Amino acid sequence: MAFKIRTGYEGDLGLFKTPQSIASYAALLLILCAAPFLVGSYFLSQIVFVLIYTIVGIGLVLLSGYAGQTSIGHAAFLAIGAYIAANAAKFGVPIYIYLPAAGLLTGLVGWLVGLPALRLHGIYLAIATFAFALIVEEILARWETVTHGNEGLMVKPAALFGKPLGEWGLYYLCILVTVFVVVIAVNVIRSPTGRAFLALRDSETAARSMGVDSARYKTFAFALSAGMTGLAGVLYAHKLSFISPEMFTLALSIEFVMIIIIGGIASLRGAALGAVFMIMVDPLLVLVKDKLPVAIGALTGSAAAQDKASVLLATPGVKSLIFGLIIIFFIIYEPMGLDGRWMKMKTWFRQFPFYRPATFRRQKMYLKSERGR
Amino acid sequence: MTYFALDNVSIQFGGLKAVDGVSFDVAKGEIFTIIGPNGAGKTTLFNLISRLYNVTGGKIVFKDEEITQLNAQQIAGRGIARTFQNIELFDNASVLQNLLVGRHRHSTTKFWEDLFFLPKVQREEVAHRQAVEEVMDFLRLQRYRDTLIAGLPYGVRKVVEVGRALSIGPEVLLLDEPSSGLNVEETSRMAEWILEINRRLGITILMVEHDMSLVSRVSDRVLALNYGRIMATGTAQEVQSHPDVVAAYLGA
Repeated sequence: MAFKIRTGYEGDLGLFKTPQSIASYAALLLILCAAPFLVGSYFLSQIVFVLIYTIVGIGLVLLSGYAGQTSIGHAAFLAIGAYIAANAAKFGVPIYIYLPAAGLLTGLVGWLVGLPALRLHGIYLAIATFAFALIVEEILARWETVTHGNEGLMVKPAALFGKPLGEWGLYYLCILVTVFVVVIAVNVIRSPTGRAFLALRDSETAARSMGVDSARYKTFAFALSAGMTGLAGVLYAHKLSFISPEMFTLALSIEFVMIIIIGGIASLRGAALGAVFMIMVDPLLVLVKDKLPVAIGALTGSAAAQDKASVLLATPGVKSLIFGLIIIFFIIYEPMGLDGRWMKMKTWFRQFPFYRPATFRRQKMYLKSERGR
Repeated sequence: MTYFALDNVSIQFGGLKAVDGVSFDVAKGEIFTIIGPNGAGKTTLFNLISRLYNVTGGKIVFKDEEITQLNAQQIAGRGIARTFQNIELFDNASVLQNLLVGRHRHSTTKFWEDLFFLPKVQREEVAHRQAVEEVMDFLRLQRYRDTLIAGLPYGVRKVVEVGRALSIGPEVLLLDEPSSGLNVEETSRMAEWILEINRRLGITILMVEHDMSLVSRVSDRVLALNYGRIMATGTAQEVQSHPDVVAAYLGA
């Protein structure tokens, strides 16, 4: 086992926990930066989507995992960022202006959405954010002068100083924004703001008695989360180069929530792992759809069974069914998500012959009072 | 000058008067204990002081300021800290983080300064950490520093909650049943800490407590409450032998 020798309180405040983690994150960044030289354009665009989902995931981790507020309306924040980018690019605003501006404006909208959060808890808050998402979807469809309605909107390619960024440029921009968002998230978590978030999550009554202004921090959590999602929206718009209202529906919001459920609800690493998982699911499903009926046909030796299987797998809704099953699986068997699994594996190796499964067992306590809510 | 006083404080939930015209004052440096049977309104009284409930009548004064008009989150800033009967710690955070939340009222950094973790934030964090480590030394919590609350035994959680309240750097400490759920040994240690917090740190203590041996050991004055009304005030002995109190506890 490795121990870190600490000589001052500053040591616990660093961006990285240990020198080893500096090395491993540097290696990861290096690999990501080298990726365009190593992989084809299909994989590159998959990585771009992973990065975009990671940014949204981190926003949601801060909001749901740390501040304890639910949202199933994050697709709307993504949409706002995307439409700001599309319109700004149309009028020739440079990207170094509209990228931060989209983040700030979406953050402002998030702050407004956070206001009802002051009075709502849990499922009711989820419904309120869902209502907000529906409103945004409706506005996108109706406000045709700006959004072109259901026809959709072409997005000019991202350009810097008049030169188009191209596929590689956009990829590096995504890495840059992701690193920025991660650093901001780590900063929030290690600062008084992050502690105020988790205080509100675990006991609002106690948090207020400690002097934490719940209204301020809840709205701030929403603003921060929305702002990050807005940044992701800009990248999303440029990646897809065409946006329309039906891309930002409830289904997308649910996918975002799935990122953090699968990855691990209160973990930044989990957001990245969840994003990788969510992006990988689609190609995997396609693979299953193509190969499974053939395998069944080969195994049973009947063409009828093969046809039946392929018809069954092609039924609309199979994807939702599989997503639902995955969520249920994770909630029951690994509530800490992929990150929790990773931590358990690490602990197993670290304590090798002495690992006790009970280390991570959840304790149930029934002492929490709901009074004062 | 009034240090800490309740003047004719009442709260009504529907037709129930949980606290009914309670007046008392607490001198600086005193240990003042409130006793009473279950449902007497003791915790409600604490919730009124820490502004989780609104009074329906009367006022609460701390250092000549009427605190009845403040928000719950402003109370800590005035130097009034509290613990909870049923332990309201932040379960999925470490002991260190819990105590650091207590330092919240001392942090002066803005959101955007936190976002970029400017040198000012770092300087303040180190100062907070120092203050919290002192509290941990005082309550001997060092060995639990990085343990999550969810993994701690009940007795230790009780102490952590006192520690979190102390991290606020309070002038007045409200302890809601500090000994409930503790064994004999832990209770006697808690009594020593209460005395030490009072004598060494000079903190005024308001306490709700059922364990009469603890009450008579530490309290300067005791107030007995029943059905939201004051039955008796005085020293522990006086209150314990007061006929109304005896009747309330044993049944007339």
